[in-house]
Amino acid sequence: MIELLGLHKSFGANRVLRGVDLTVPRGESMVVIGGSGTGKSVLLKCILGLVKPDAGTIRIDGQDAASLDRDAFLARFGMLFQGGALFDSLTVWQNVAFRLLRGPGKRPKAEAREIAIEKLRRVGLKPETADQFPAELSGGMQKRVGLARAIAAEPEIIFFDEPTTGLDPIMAGVINQLIREIVVEMGATAITITHDMTSVRAIADDVAMLHDGVIQWTGPVKDMDTAPDPYLQQFIHGRAEGPIASVR
Amino acid sequence: MILAPVAAIGRSTLGGLAALGRIAIFLVATLSAAIRPPFYYREFLQALWVIGYNSLPVVALTALFTGGALALQIYEGGARFNASQVVPSIVAIGMVRELGPVLGGLMVAARVASSIAAEIGTMKVTEQIDALVTLSTDPMRYLTVPRVLAATIALPVLVAVGDSIGILGGYLVGTGRLDLNAAAYLKTTVDYLTLWDVTSGLIKGAVFGFIVALVGCYFGMNSARGAQGVGRATKSAVVTASVMILASNYLLTELFFSA
Repeated sequence: MIELLGLHKSFGANRVLRGVDLTVPRGESMVVIGGSGTGKSVLLKCILGLVKPDAGTIRIDGQDAASLDRDAFLARFGMLFQGGALFDSLTVWQNVAFRLLRGPGKRPKAEAREIAIEKLRRVGLKPETADQFPAELSGGMQKRVGLARAIAAEPEIIFFDEPTTGLDPIMAGVINQLIREIVVEMGATAITITHDMTSVRAIADDVAMLHDGVIQWTGPVKDMDTAPDPYLQQFIHGRAEGPIASVR
Repeated sequence: MILAPVAAIGRSTLGGLAALGRIAIFLVATLSAAIRPPFYYREFLQALWVIGYNSLPVVALTALFTGGALALQIYEGGARFNASQVVPSIVAIGMVRELGPVLGGLMVAARVASSIAAEIGTMKVTEQIDALVTLSTDPMRYLTVPRVLAATIALPVLVAVGDSIGILGGYLVGTGRLDLNAAAYLKTTVDYLTLWDVTSGLIKGAVFGFIVALVGCYFGMNSARGAQGVGRATKSAVVTASVMILASNYLLTELFFSA
């Protein structure tokens, strides 16, 4: 279970997170929605320790993340980055098997390659892709490789940062479906951040809306359409008029 | 109004000192990462190849032409007081003590500090550095330590090659163009050159290599977002590394040779 309590983060005068409280139960898929620049990515980076929060507590399975051993903590996570963030200098299989080739859970090269090819197959890529470089792949294929890398070490918790941004609608649908299948079959706890409502409906068990530095609304995805929150309704229906526009 | 130019000088001086302080903190972080495992051998060997072997042509050409030009200048200058015979010894001492390490360092700064800053800067803006962290890999140990170590080892070797080729350039011009005696040229070169002349140049090379890679990594890791951010990081890396090479060259010369 992931618990965020009173998370604050400012960049200079820009107060991005102003007391975020959010609970993601174990094995659930939480999707965080919100407009561009509302701090969704900062939220994920705070949890991972890539950005240090100014105040607040992050608990993983009841333990304060700040007190946990950093390597052991990160070993429980997998993350799919918005642009893929694949290492250009490494081949596709070396990217996927990156964690398996280094560190405490290091495997023999042949075994790591086998696992990488298996994960590539799981995300719908042929074994021939394994020896290509990321620059040789299309955007959709890079996303799939990023997904394979995120799940390669079988993490308990997976983060997806804007998984469908920049993809055509069909490829976006394929990625959404893959994410849902993988999260369910691995039993992983997932947090996805997006502003793509198709993704929300395909991936989420629960939805949280981040606005003005706080969680404006949270609840099961099935309640999203009927929730009375005007911010949420404006966002999910993409209306130009509403409280969010007036705030801007 | 009158004080505005003075204030601008003050601001840029303070800015420069602050940047130097940040580089010093980065230096301590690099050394601290270097003494803790794991050590990434593959990345180190790759950096050694890219920084060392691939810089050979540019360092060799620079040294060859500089050695040749130096011989011409000294011959011309020495002729004014009948001292043309000093060409071999001055070419040799000038190359191994000063021009070999400094020009080698500057050429490597242009070639390597820029490419390191651009590569790491691009990794930063495309979230590859964040990805490294989420994959339990310390970017300092994975990216910075191998490059800094490789440059510190590679540059003295490049300087040694540059010294030899620079002396060869002087020899070719001296014997081919200035009609100096080939055997006498070689004998004078060897007679007047001391081991410390060569060693001090190689030590300078190691220091310059360390500076080049450290500064390249620092500006790459602190690159701002976007293509413009990476471009600025690259430019700052080359300028800062070059100035630091020239400044440290003076300090090292003072340390090694002042009476």
